[in-house]
Amino acid sequence: MIPSTSRLVRPVVRSLRASTSQSRSLATVSDPPVRHYGGLKDQDRIFTNLFCRHDHGLKGAQSRGDWHKTKEILLKGDSWIIQTIKDSGLRGRGGAGFPSGLKWSFMNKPGWEKDPRPRYLVVNADEGEPGTCKDREIMRGDPHKLVEGCLVAGRAMNATAAYIYIRGEFYQEASHVQQAIDEAYKAGLIGKNACGSGYDFDVYLHRGAGAYICGEETALIESLEGKQGKPRLKPPFPADVGLFGCPSTVANVETVAVAPTIARRGGAWFAGFGRERNSGTKLFCVSGHVNNPCTVEEEMSIPLQELLEKHCGGVRGGWQNLKGIIPGGCSVPVIPREVCEKALMDYDSLKDCQTSLGTGAVIVMDQSTDMISAIARFAKFYKHESCGQCTPCREGTTWMMNMMDRMVEGRAQEREIDMLLELTKQVEGHTICALGDAAAWPIQGLMRHFRPEVEARLAQFHAQHGNVLFGGKLQSEIDSRFAIPDNLGGDATRTIAAIA
Amino acid sequence: MLRRFTAGRSIARRLAQGQAQPARLFSTSQPRKADITLTVDGKEVTVPQGTALIQACEAAGAAVPRFCYHDRLAIAGNCRMCLVEVERSPKPVASCAMPAMPGSKVFTNTPLVHKAREGVMEFLLANHPLDCPICDQGGECDLQDQSMRYGSDRTRFHEITGKRAVENKDLGPIVKTSMNRCIQCTRCVRFANDVAGVEELGTTGRGNDLQIGMYIEKTMDSEMSGNIIDLCPVGALTSKPYAFQARPWELKKTESIDVLDAVGSNIRVDSRGVQVMRIQPKINDEINEEWINDKTRYAYDGLKYQRLTTPLVREGDRFVPASWEHAMDTIRHGLQSSGAKGDEIKAVAGHTADTESLVALKDFINRLGSENLTLDQSLGDAPPVTGVDVRSNYLFNTGIENVGEADAVLLIGTNPRHEAAIINTRFRKSYLQTGAEFGLIGEDFDSVFEYDHVGTSPSDVEAFLSGKAVKGKGKGENDFARIWKEAKKPLIVVGSAVVEGKDGAAVLKAISKHVLANEKKFVTPEWNGFSILQRAASRAAAYDAGFTPSPTSTNTTPKFVYLLNADEIDPSTIPENAFVVYQGHHGDLGAQFADVCLPGAAYTEKSSTWVNTEGRSQLGRVAVVPPGASREDWKIIRALSEIVGSPIPYDDIIQLRQRMWDISPTLVRYDVIEKPSLEFIKLGLQLLSTPPSTTKAASTTPFKKPINDFYRTDAISRASVTMAACSKAFTKKEYDIASVDEAGSAQASYA
Repeated sequence: MIPSTSRLVRPVVRSLRASTSQSRSLATVSDPPVRHYGGLKDQDRIFTNLFCRHDHGLKGAQSRGDWHKTKEILLKGDSWIIQTIKDSGLRGRGGAGFPSGLKWSFMNKPGWEKDPRPRYLVVNADEGEPGTCKDREIMRGDPHKLVEGCLVAGRAMNATAAYIYIRGEFYQEASHVQQAIDEAYKAGLIGKNACGSGYDFDVYLHRGAGAYICGEETALIESLEGKQGKPRLKPPFPADVGLFGCPSTVANVETVAVAPTIARRGGAWFAGFGRERNSGTKLFCVSGHVNNPCTVEEEMSIPLQELLEKHCGGVRGGWQNLKGIIPGGCSVPVIPREVCEKALMDYDSLKDCQTSLGTGAVIVMDQSTDMISAIARFAKFYKHESCGQCTPCREGTTWMMNMMDRMVEGRAQEREIDMLLELTKQVEGHTICALGDAAAWPIQGLMRHFRPEVEARLAQFHAQHGNVLFGGKLQSEIDSRFAIPDNLGGDATRTIAAIA
Repeated sequence: MLRRFTAGRSIARRLAQGQAQPARLFSTSQPRKADITLTVDGKEVTVPQGTALIQACEAAGAAVPRFCYHDRLAIAGNCRMCLVEVERSPKPVASCAMPAMPGSKVFTNTPLVHKAREGVMEFLLANHPLDCPICDQGGECDLQDQSMRYGSDRTRFHEITGKRAVENKDLGPIVKTSMNRCIQCTRCVRFANDVAGVEELGTTGRGNDLQIGMYIEKTMDSEMSGNIIDLCPVGALTSKPYAFQARPWELKKTESIDVLDAVGSNIRVDSRGVQVMRIQPKINDEINEEWINDKTRYAYDGLKYQRLTTPLVREGDRFVPASWEHAMDTIRHGLQSSGAKGDEIKAVAGHTADTESLVALKDFINRLGSENLTLDQSLGDAPPVTGVDVRSNYLFNTGIENVGEADAVLLIGTNPRHEAAIINTRFRKSYLQTGAEFGLIGEDFDSVFEYDHVGTSPSDVEAFLSGKAVKGKGKGENDFARIWKEAKKPLIVVGSAVVEGKDGAAVLKAISKHVLANEKKFVTPEWNGFSILQRAASRAAAYDAGFTPSPTSTNTTPKFVYLLNADEIDPSTIPENAFVVYQGHHGDLGAQFADVCLPGAAYTEKSSTWVNTEGRSQLGRVAVVPPGASREDWKIIRALSEIVGSPIPYDDIIQLRQRMWDISPTLVRYDVIEKPSLEFIKLGLQLLSTPPSTTKAASTTPFKKPINDFYRTDAISRASVTMAACSKAFTKKEYDIASVDEAGSAQASYA
């Protein structure tokens, strides 16, 4: 395992401290006070109508502080907003975690004013990742946060319009967002001379047709243009040639929706939460085998275990009943209980755990879970959602799904586990978009932490049915009068059942 | 029909126009982009900025395997075979989709690259059927070739679920599909959309179920469809007429010139023994790039049918095979007994007459004291209205290569899609990429670009060019009259049928006046916007050689008619009692009137000169020997001249070519276009603008398309079974879509 960067850094910090403080003798070793993350106070919550208990309309939103002095934010100009976002340390909430201030600043390259093309902010509301349900709560309860966020973020990147690409299945959410857009237009908050700031800004809502791949930024742009949702090649990046050939930036709903609050309360306030480079608050959507599945806003870097116990009533049957957690939606590797105990819910800590924060969708699985079957279901999902454009993903996802389906049954040879891992490596990093990586990682995670379970499954099947050839055929089904090609694995003299 | 446009394209077009650079008046050459230097496998290479990495690698001599990438198509970047390693990039990079960056270090031969390519190859082969022995692509299959380098010697794919199976599609009588073999590179889709203009070909489904097809069960109605067979890197799209005929390594490859239209596409004739097995395009960026149309490609089976293989002499109402001596002697007799003198001896040259035989025939007929040299076109008996003294009056002066630079194109009485399909693809390219605008005066046609129909008749030409509104036109944003006025590089394309028509002189007068009035736009050192589009391969050469009647000979009733490949003749021009000789390779229309038929060689069987519509002379080469007793055409004429008693003074091809040089050096300056001076062009235009006073005013009779059936325009294509099938499927739209997986022969069910 890669040593965590924080651990590497700490001794240096300590020696610096030792040189400055006089009163410490050689024997005392005291760590700097450990800051405990989590326990976000109510006054620090950004999304205050996450559970739709209040009015989601304009009045309700204004009573919760939305659209408060938006004009002043707009008048401070693009560089002020971007600097604030940079100061806040906000990272993209869609999964990749790219620093938002930096991303938005790509739209304002030197000389951008001379470009006659319109410029677009595209909001990715195509939340389709299994386990993820944060954006829909925002759009259902706090749609005005999103619309205001479009305006603020759009102002930051000098966009002329925002397109919200919402997942087609989100009917109620789309209705709420559309209602918010209509109300905002009516109140003069967006449209010509938005909020009286002199800035013209339009917001459009576009409903998708339910393809997961359309959540990929360039595929989303293609889909928005009316084409098949297939990722584009990068470069050129959307900031140069994006929607309709114009400079565009695609941002996640949550990223956009927190922008006005950050602008109002200051970057330092937002940066005060969470560890360095992982600052802010975040919506976590916890699902699976917890007593109280929920979507909750918490401080970044909250320990995973605390998140579950504080907000979700703990794992069903107690912490010891936990088998594994997928901490960021179905595209990240699973981690077993021991790792979960150490994990903090932020980008860096989870990266050190060889998984990823992803969208913050925590999928909890207790001992009753058939982990192989769970991951096989993900493989099926990716097979179904691959756009089919590039070879490794098109062929690889199907192949991986077929192998995983066999693993569930146990109908495979032990060597095929390694072959499957090799296939995931052949897909990973070789595709146009990240769907190939996302399809590969869960399987890698499974084999990393639960390989004994897979092997046991194979052994069980072998014990029942005898040796299995590569590809899943039983050796007993083969006509023994013919030689079995040696690449079918028929030469395996001992079956896995014998070892076990 | 094809005038449906998606929002995406029109936006792209608008953007292209919006970004168009300001007009360059003094130079048409593209501004040369700065060169950048990068290192490929430790070797420094300098390429222009914006070059794709794959091209930079090629320039450095590092071969990069690819399936989806093609120089002439849009970049898809989806096969992932061209992955290379770039320094400071954690992942391998698809070199086709990545622009070369200055100073970057690229490696094409590292373990990472090999691993990546081997992985991709394994995935490609996973669902690819192992049917190479019965696959027509075998031997010229990219997948086969590259799997030799990057494939494993044995498979790891043994899934009990089996391989993917995809239903075959029936795309018509030309393209045979075997969709199990498809690797989804989308080359065909990009070609069909960007070049051929068949926007229906696309992908349906996603993931492993992604399929190439026409969305619904229908044929691929395009005259360029054969090119997708070449483009297909695997055996998914193969040729129906060529199915199971030959393997590529058995074929002798001869580079030659196509004669089925006047474009002069460069072709490669693949032959086995005495048979032409197939015709493939040869790359020539100045003419056909890498494409040829379906007639060029598939009319070759016409070379096997209806051939004249032995001299024939008419006895009563039937032809009797004869020896060459007997046939020639009969002609000598016929000439004497017909009593033809002077202009009563008439020669008619057809569409596929080569330059050598035209020159020989002209010399021969002239020696017999006649000036009556005519062409098998309407009014071919009269001197052409363009005259033959100024080449730029009857040639496609703009040059095929340059048509894409035109920003507004006025088509007069022509359907470029049928008369010059290759030029039509260039029009589509400029339509898509630079936003060129098109106007048409003439008969509507099924176009692959949008045009404004501004008139139908010769008088509409006069009206439009003099700035008058035609039939209530002249309103709206897309008003072509306004675009035409504002055009910086306007192009007028006059169809050959207009020039041959009754109103030819009047139309040319109106056009030449317009061109002269706007000569700063039309005739500049780097742009000539006045072009005549010929449609017959021999026409430009006939004019160059002066194969035209003298004004006095026009009204003579001939007593002896010599038809050289003349199959488009009007039967009424041949008098009942005249003695008729037909020389040619096919028993088509002309041979029916003959008293003696002399079997000549087809274009694949002789080494002869062809002048295309832009005046470029090119040399065709012998691919197979002429069948039976047939001979090279100029030799027949030479022999006949000797027997008739006035031998033409050359004995071999070298002397003949010297004679051609004497007539016009352009005839033997191969592969280049001789550009006339501006003064000469203007002089020619002045000649056109002052036609004889007998010229009638332009009529209101609408122009007619000269070609109604693209697939059956000449003796060769009319004899072709494939072309007959195409004509039925695409012209008459009478093709029954077969369920290709169930129907058909045993062979078809295999492959």
